[in-house]
Amino acid sequence: MVLSGAEIVVRCLQEEKVEYVFGYPGGAVLYIYDELFKQEKVRHVLVRHEQGAVHAADGYARSTDRVGVALVTSGPGVTNAVTGIATAYCDSSPVVVISGQVPTAAIGQDAFQEVDTVGITRPCVKHNFLVKDVREIAPTLKKAFYLAKSGRPGPVVVDIPKDVSAKKCEYAYPKSIAMRSYNPVTKGHQGQIRKAVQLLLDAKRPMVYSGGGVILSEAAEALTRLVRSLGCPVTNTLMGLGGYPGTDGQFLGMPGMHGTYEANMAMQYCDVLLAIGARFDDRVIGDPADFARVARKIIHVDIDPSSISKRVKVDVPIVGSVSSVLEDMLKLLDENPQRPDAAALEPWWKQIAEWRGRDCLAYDRDAPVIKPQFVVEKLYEVTGGDAFVTTDVGQHQMWAAQFYKFDKPRHWVTSGGLGTMGFGLPAAMGVRIAHPDAQVACVTGESSIQMCIQELSTCKQYRLPIKIVNLNNRYLGMVRQWQQLFHGNRYAESYMDALPDFARLAEAYGHVGMRIDKPGDVEGALREAFKRRKDLVFLDFQTDQTENVYPMVKGGKGLTDMILSSEDL
Amino acid sequence: MRHVISLLLENEAGALSRVSGLFSARAYNIESLTVAPTEDASMSRMTIITRGSDDVVEQITKQLNKLVEVVKVVDLSESGHLERELMLAKVRAVGKDREEMKRMADIFRGNIIDVTDSSYVVELTGNSGKLDAFLGAIDASLILETVRTGVCGIGRGDRILKI
Ligand SMILES: Cc1ncc(C[n+]2csc(CCOP(=O)(O)OP(=O)(O)O)c2C)c(N)n1
Repeated sequence: MVLSGAEIVVRCLQEEKVEYVFGYPGGAVLYIYDELFKQEKVRHVLVRHEQGAVHAADGYARSTDRVGVALVTSGPGVTNAVTGIATAYCDSSPVVVISGQVPTAAIGQDAFQEVDTVGITRPCVKHNFLVKDVREIAPTLKKAFYLAKSGRPGPVVVDIPKDVSAKKCEYAYPKSIAMRSYNPVTKGHQGQIRKAVQLLLDAKRPMVYSGGGVILSEAAEALTRLVRSLGCPVTNTLMGLGGYPGTDGQFLGMPGMHGTYEANMAMQYCDVLLAIGARFDDRVIGDPADFARVARKIIHVDIDPSSISKRVKVDVPIVGSVSSVLEDMLKLLDENPQRPDAAALEPWWKQIAEWRGRDCLAYDRDAPVIKPQFVVEKLYEVTGGDAFVTTDVGQHQMWAAQFYKFDKPRHWVTSGGLGTMGFGLPAAMGVRIAHPDAQVACVTGESSIQMCIQELSTCKQYRLPIKIVNLNNRYLGMVRQWQQLFHGNRYAESYMDALPDFARLAEAYGHVGMRIDKPGDVEGALREAFKRRKDLVFLDFQTDQTENVYPMVKGGKGLTDMILSSEDL
Repeated sequence: MRHVISLLLENEAGALSRVSGLFSARAYNIESLTVAPTEDASMSRMTIITRGSDDVVEQITKQLNKLVEVVKVVDLSESGHLERELMLAKVRAVGKDREEMKRMADIFRGNIIDVTDSSYVVELTGNSGKLDAFLGAIDASLILETVRTGVCGIGRGDRILKI
């Protein structure tokens, strides 16, 4: 069958069972838009900014087990998309971005809306392609989807010059793909896995530290079984929340810069640490030298060999897919007559109980102003702990991570690696589109939300009843916190002056807006908002301007060097 | 420590920039980099000379392996290997220096491949040390220009880098 390049693009998307494409048209992708127009299988969501398109595709991917797809035009379309692409890259999110390019003959001529897309995106993609021949479109897209989703997932950009999308050729979608240069390992080394299981069984103070890899690998259930049968404590990183039930007694909360006291202490003072689908990131372990100060055996499971022994020396490296390695561990654990050392676990749990006794997330519940933590707690209650929660970046993000307890994977969608303000709202659109009956909340701040606020218009067009929980402290809160702590209270450019009236702004976009000033009104407002099942409700909570996120490990400090409250300052 | 990293990669537009981009993005050191297609035209072979601690070099090889177009990576300096580099040196060759240059080229087993009444172009191959030694042995004021290919390397004996 002879088809045009643009027809082939759409056919390929259909073959990949793509339901939604998030995009924005322009000259270089007009043929592709024309073909999208002529069919109904692949639906298009018109965002208001290309950054939003990629974040939405990313949110779609993170909340499902599927690849998100974005479509943008050449030049400014691509440069606008770069923040989204880098965000997906830093959190290993499977996204395919199709971009238009100027016609082949114009490449290199400084043509109108020409940028070197492959060059600009190279350092923030898993891989990218410039398709110079219409016959290459189908195999390239096949590769793009395969690369995005397999191994350690990540964004893949496919740049298609306008003339290539117009040219015709015989079309057949490749059934499978083989690349001699790309063969991600899935099965872990059995000898190493056996060693790991033995170490865990012999441990006196075992600890499990899991990250986004558990979510990406659909391994939450296996992780939960493993932790339960080991009877040990577990912590989930920011990216790994929901990998183990947040309400379970063995869960110590999140580790790291704003992790709980008990999680950080247990990370530091365990004798065997199983790190699984996590990468000892600087926001998690702080100073690696300080982390290495205490002797403990480390088992590290990751699908990406370059994540292993990058920041921390490990004793048992296991390269493989998290789910496959976990299943192998569970099997070995089953077969092994040895049980975890109950006599050793008892004092370990006692120690942990003592650490927990510090009640590190305590905040003033009697304050006359709205405490941001309180809003998140109420959000958790009102949604029955069952909502999908996206966030922007800053204090609100940390409070959401600390106070919303995720029992299931893929319900927590946040920009961890890149820390992209502006992610929350478009990501929530992708989530809601993937889960049309679910409760979706975007926890944000008055500064972050303004970075992609234009997407309120997209939400109106596609009737996406997201609940925006704006923790409005009139400050770039996280910046202000650092300035207070490390820059002598000099609040350089961190006050957000001239804020809009968000409730009225939401109304101007055709949504419902609410402003909440008093603690006593928080719960009622949330209930009212979630009752409005068809409406996007913008909840503008006027929160305490001076509240800080605690605990806090200062950048570059050791993990146990925590500021627990303003009294420690 | 100095390492000689050899890799096979798909002979595709942009593959080289992925490798060089990786080195600059991660602040790895590149002393030299050479690349050319192999006997199998679909594949290129690259030799990179880099310096770094064992940890850094381990990361370099892992990161290189992660690039989708890289087929194979070995650190040749882990065992016996050969290194060669080619240099073309244009030197002043007048008066008594003319004879002296000819002698130096012979001593270093170089070839004079271009002759004018005032200059020679000397072609020299060897490991980098030998080329440096040649440049050190002649009067610096006589060197008009030099160009070096950078090192290419191959394992000794049974060590073969092929797919
Ligand atoms: C795009 C972008 N620019 C700048 C930053 C740096 N930054 C991190 S947190 C923050 C403040 C965020 O303020 P707000 O959205 O009001 O949230 P809050 O911290 O007050 O909860 C800033 C500016 C960032 N993460 N992303």
